[in-house]
Amino acid sequence: MIEFYLNGRHQQLASVDPNLTVLEWLRTQARLTGTKEGCASGDCGACTVAIGSLEPSDQKSTGTGDRLRYDAVNSCIALVGSLHGKHLISVDGLQTEPAHPVQKEMVECHGAQCGFCTPGIIMSLFALHTESVATGKTSDDAALMESLSGNLCRCTGYRPIVEAGRKAAVQSWEPADGAEQKTSSSEIDLRGPAWLQHPDMIATLKQVQNKSVSITAESGRRYDAPNSLEQLRQLRAEFPEARLVAGATDLSLEITQLLRDLEHVIGVNNIPELQQIREQQDGLYLGAAASYRAAQHALASRWPHFHTMLERLGSLQIRNRGTVGGNIGNASPIGDMPPALIALGAELELDSVDGVRRLPIQDFFHDYKKTDLRKNEFIRGVWIPAPAADEQLLIYKISKRLDDDISAVLGAFWFRLDGAIVEDCRLAFGGMAAIPKRAAHAENALRGQPWTLSTVANAIAALDRDFTPMSDVRSSAAYRQQVAGNLLRRALLDSARSDFKPVQHHDQNQKKPLMVTEYA
Amino acid sequence: MRKLPEIDRTPNPAGHANSARGVAGNSAMHDSAWKHVRGEARYIDDMPEPEGVLHAAVGHSTHAHAKIKSMDLSAVRAFPGVVAVLTVDDVPGHIDIGPVFPGDPVLANGLVEHVGQPLFAVAATSLRAARQAARQAKVEYEPLDHAVTVHDALEKQLFVRPDHTQQRGDFEKALNESPHRLQGAINVGGQEHFYLESQACLVEPSEDAGVHVHTSSQHPSEVQTLVAEVLGLPIHEVTAEVRRMGGGFGGKETQAAPLACVAALLARHTGRAVKYRLARYDDMVQTGKRHDFYNTYDIGFDDDGVLQGADIMVAGRCGYSPDLSDAIVDRAMFHSDNAYSLGPARVTGHRCKTHTVSNTAFRGFGGPQGMMTIEMAMDDIARHLGQDPLDIRKRNLYRPGRDTTHYGQVVEQHVLAELMEKLEISADYRKRREEIVTFNRDNPVLKRGIALTPVKFGISFTVQHLNQAGALVHIYTDGSILVNHGGTEMGQGLYIKVAQVVAAAFQVDLERIKVTSTRTDKVPNTSPTAASSGSDLNGMAALDACEKIKANLADYAAQKFGVDASEVRFANNQVIAGEHAVDWAEFVQGAYTARIPLFSSGYYQTPKIHYDRNTGQGRPFYYYANGAACSEVIVDTLTGEYRILRSDILHDVGQSLNPAIDIGQIEGAFIQGAGWLTTEELVYADDGRLLSNGPATYKIPAVSDAPLDFRVSLLENSPNKEATVFRSKAVGEPPFMLGMSVWSALRDAVASVADYRHSTPLDTPATPERVLGAVTRTQEWLEQQRAKDTAHKGEKEGNRKGAPA
Repeated sequence: MIEFYLNGRHQQLASVDPNLTVLEWLRTQARLTGTKEGCASGDCGACTVAIGSLEPSDQKSTGTGDRLRYDAVNSCIALVGSLHGKHLISVDGLQTEPAHPVQKEMVECHGAQCGFCTPGIIMSLFALHTESVATGKTSDDAALMESLSGNLCRCTGYRPIVEAGRKAAVQSWEPADGAEQKTSSSEIDLRGPAWLQHPDMIATLKQVQNKSVSITAESGRRYDAPNSLEQLRQLRAEFPEARLVAGATDLSLEITQLLRDLEHVIGVNNIPELQQIREQQDGLYLGAAASYRAAQHALASRWPHFHTMLERLGSLQIRNRGTVGGNIGNASPIGDMPPALIALGAELELDSVDGVRRLPIQDFFHDYKKTDLRKNEFIRGVWIPAPAADEQLLIYKISKRLDDDISAVLGAFWFRLDGAIVEDCRLAFGGMAAIPKRAAHAENALRGQPWTLSTVANAIAALDRDFTPMSDVRSSAAYRQQVAGNLLRRALLDSARSDFKPVQHHDQNQKKPLMVTEYA
Repeated sequence: MRKLPEIDRTPNPAGHANSARGVAGNSAMHDSAWKHVRGEARYIDDMPEPEGVLHAAVGHSTHAHAKIKSMDLSAVRAFPGVVAVLTVDDVPGHIDIGPVFPGDPVLANGLVEHVGQPLFAVAATSLRAARQAARQAKVEYEPLDHAVTVHDALEKQLFVRPDHTQQRGDFEKALNESPHRLQGAINVGGQEHFYLESQACLVEPSEDAGVHVHTSSQHPSEVQTLVAEVLGLPIHEVTAEVRRMGGGFGGKETQAAPLACVAALLARHTGRAVKYRLARYDDMVQTGKRHDFYNTYDIGFDDDGVLQGADIMVAGRCGYSPDLSDAIVDRAMFHSDNAYSLGPARVTGHRCKTHTVSNTAFRGFGGPQGMMTIEMAMDDIARHLGQDPLDIRKRNLYRPGRDTTHYGQVVEQHVLAELMEKLEISADYRKRREEIVTFNRDNPVLKRGIALTPVKFGISFTVQHLNQAGALVHIYTDGSILVNHGGTEMGQGLYIKVAQVVAAAFQVDLERIKVTSTRTDKVPNTSPTAASSGSDLNGMAALDACEKIKANLADYAAQKFGVDASEVRFANNQVIAGEHAVDWAEFVQGAYTARIPLFSSGYYQTPKIHYDRNTGQGRPFYYYANGAACSEVIVDTLTGEYRILRSDILHDVGQSLNPAIDIGQIEGAFIQGAGWLTTEELVYADDGRLLSNGPATYKIPAVSDAPLDFRVSLLENSPNKEATVFRSKAVGEPPFMLGMSVWSALRDAVASVADYRHSTPLDTPATPERVLGAVTRTQEWLEQQRAKDTAHKGEKEGNRKGAPA
């Protein structure tokens, strides 16, 4: 049984195919057609919905656990199973009086032309607005741009949408005069903002969340959502062919694009240990199912370059769902996170009924989509040692488009400098080989050498021996090779500056980050 | 006796006492704005499904060019949920559904000519079952020789239509006698429409073997005609209806009909309603795109950079069939001058046949691709002479005395000189140019560039008979007004603009007017909503209907109140006849009871236009729309990455029907144009497969790609000198080409690497990779120059062409 709320109404699904997406369920079964399908691959945002999750009570930033946090999510690649214990809000739930400020401003700013992307944009802005109201912080332009990074609009050129977001940000959403809150937990009154945090709904969801799920659909296909590590170990041992899924930002593409029907899916989102983010003196531990959004602050506060890189990794919708463990597990040759983790010398924690083992992440990737993961194992977490004072991490993502694009090349460079000498370094690249990989020859050309242009030139020459990249739809092999080398030049220029921190240039009004590194 | 509705007699609210609200000229919101934001605007896939509806999918060719040796569909038929599987043998009527010329079989007829071509059609009880079933076919092919690129086609001399030439004056003599002469070539990339709503239709069987087609199409009459043809029915048995599209951009002009035909065949065969909606991937591989072009120029110019003559060649990748390519390559030729007088000139256009999807209309319709060549030349002249590209552009504008195009049309409204001057000042071009030159001198890695480029775009279909439109206007006895016309709504705000025209005609509040879905059984034989002509044509047709009704009403009022009909006025939700002022609805009721017709059709045909394709001369355009943009970019010369820092636009929409809607069109078009020239890259494999076949690999602009600083204005006090609807100008396509300012600014930044002395080509889309390539070539040129300078050191000094003044 999967239990959740849809637009304030309690839902129970006894039999559900593990391949059913939230979007398909909304449109064909709940018969709510406000949410649109633009691509069914999580790349356009037309299907954006808001999903309310109980904030973990141990998370220091948020407190009690009696609050739902609303995140924008691509419903086209979210699986219905993942709704268990959540509150799903679609645009159909916002057909209320008075209109939500983001709706009113979108109308007044002429923010919709053909209107097809509009419901998704409304929901992205709604999620931003709801979170900023909840946290008491009016969202700034950077947050606004981030919230829209996964919503493509082909008509407007975005200016009126951004304007609507700005204007809505400073408005609260007041219920209509005389609106009363119903107390029934099965139907929460839809007038006004109170229904988003209705105590009855939160109480029900707390109970629901503690129930593990195991469903066999009429088709015979199975969905499990264990709620403990031990359950997961057992399931993994018993069903090694079952597919593990956290955010489903990658796995769902098999369902929606390749039209595969997965026979058995195990959702790992309800296991508290896998959501953990532990910030310690000696390092950072990220549970495998921690989302990028959840991990962003912990990473960027230690290694500032993560800030820029993570803002460009997928879209906000993707970062709300996609997980560090998923990015490692699917072993993409590009995957922006693995090269960075390799450069940092991170270690993986792999768990199974046989126990836990630790492995340097650089040894995890064997060949294209082949890893060291055993059949009964799952990735439990990743450990990143804390940075020392003389260590730096520089990350550069190169892609055609700034927002939500897969890298042509990703370079992640870790240095330990002794004065002007490179004492040690790890240079890891994505997009340059079949796996995320270190540039051993280039590293050798740098180690023990003065950190100068001529040393960098030697390292660039050595890159030819490290990599023979491919040409593909994203770029040519020649461009990849040239840029990989030039990124080392950029690293030198960046590090030559006194503060040695990434700088995002802002325009005079501090409106939008420029995103061209200002190193020269 | 029939009871008449009660009339709301509330007087007009204060503040609106003297005029009706929302009439033409006001920034009224889109008529569906509230429905859009509430998720209540219905697109095809949102309509309630008829009982027993089936879902369609097709099997795709996996070869670019091959004979089909055999097609085993047994596994498709056996797939759970499948109700019908049809091949070309099951088509009762026409097989070829080419919109203008033959060449497009509704389902493959023994031969495939592109990867993704529909082979057979499936109807199943669920969409997923239909799509999964379509993948079960076993098809044997006999591969044939194929061409993928324009260059392949030129080499193999493969064309879908004969070439065409426009020539005026002795261009060879002019070129030979010019003080300076330059040649250049550019590859201009294509573009995927990426309307957010993929192609879709819902076909319901009706009486007498006919069908009712709900379609997401810019051209319902063509859908109607082609569906009737494949079903072998008279056209009156088929109705096509379009309420709205989730974006069109030209991609739903001809490309919607094949879906409707397939769905209609399945509906006829099964007797059930059939919905056919393309998955994004299928839409990208199965439907046509903007043509990519390979263009060359040979120009002569004087010491001031003023063109003395030109010889221009444009060659477009049409794909496997003609579709609209003849007219598209024609428009590339018409606009190969952009805003500049070429002098004696020859323009030749080739329609290249390739074994790729048949390319089609896309905002600008070949015009943008044509303009790129002369804009490239403007920059090249500037570098050659060591002058600012803006000065070269301004000197070459059409002006009195240099006002005849290479196809013989005289440019009559000279708007651009003044418009560019104004933009140059408001964008602070000269000062910023100085700052940029200084910045670039001081910064070895980051380089900034700026460009101010004009657009002159011809308004009218170049196929003369399309320049007509019809409308219906009904007034009901409560004073509410229903309007129907031949134009379709794809987000551009046509419905609201036509409603505003009607509101202005009757001088009643906009709220009284509703524009209903476009239906071929209301207004027949409609032209596509394309060529930016929607409001020009349909607005005038609606106005004509209004004028006819008004004439009847004025006669009635004159008789009733004993005044002359010329003294009857429509103002402020009232009809005023001499001393008498009657509320609109009350007046309408009186007219009804006096048996005055309260509805009329309206019709419009564009005057003055003609073009003789044999001579390549004429006046194909009723008028030109104009605009200019100034864009500044910053480029990282290590990686080729860039951002648009600021864009200023000044655009001429004549007397705007709706400034807010027009500004929306300009902003959206600019970003779409900039996307076309920067990040939107269509990549084909050598075997003809499209590799950039989804939004993960094909990147349209996202929110951060818009200029950090974006300032858009409409040119004031510039009514159209031609008698268009309320002296407005068309706005859909022209601002698309303002995106060229971004590309030219990128070239400017690249040129700064060699102190503006060298002009390397920059093919489009100018991805970071291509920009880095241009930077690298420029650096290499500089190295060679330095080597030469060292070798000749002491021999001569100076003679350098420095930075623009």
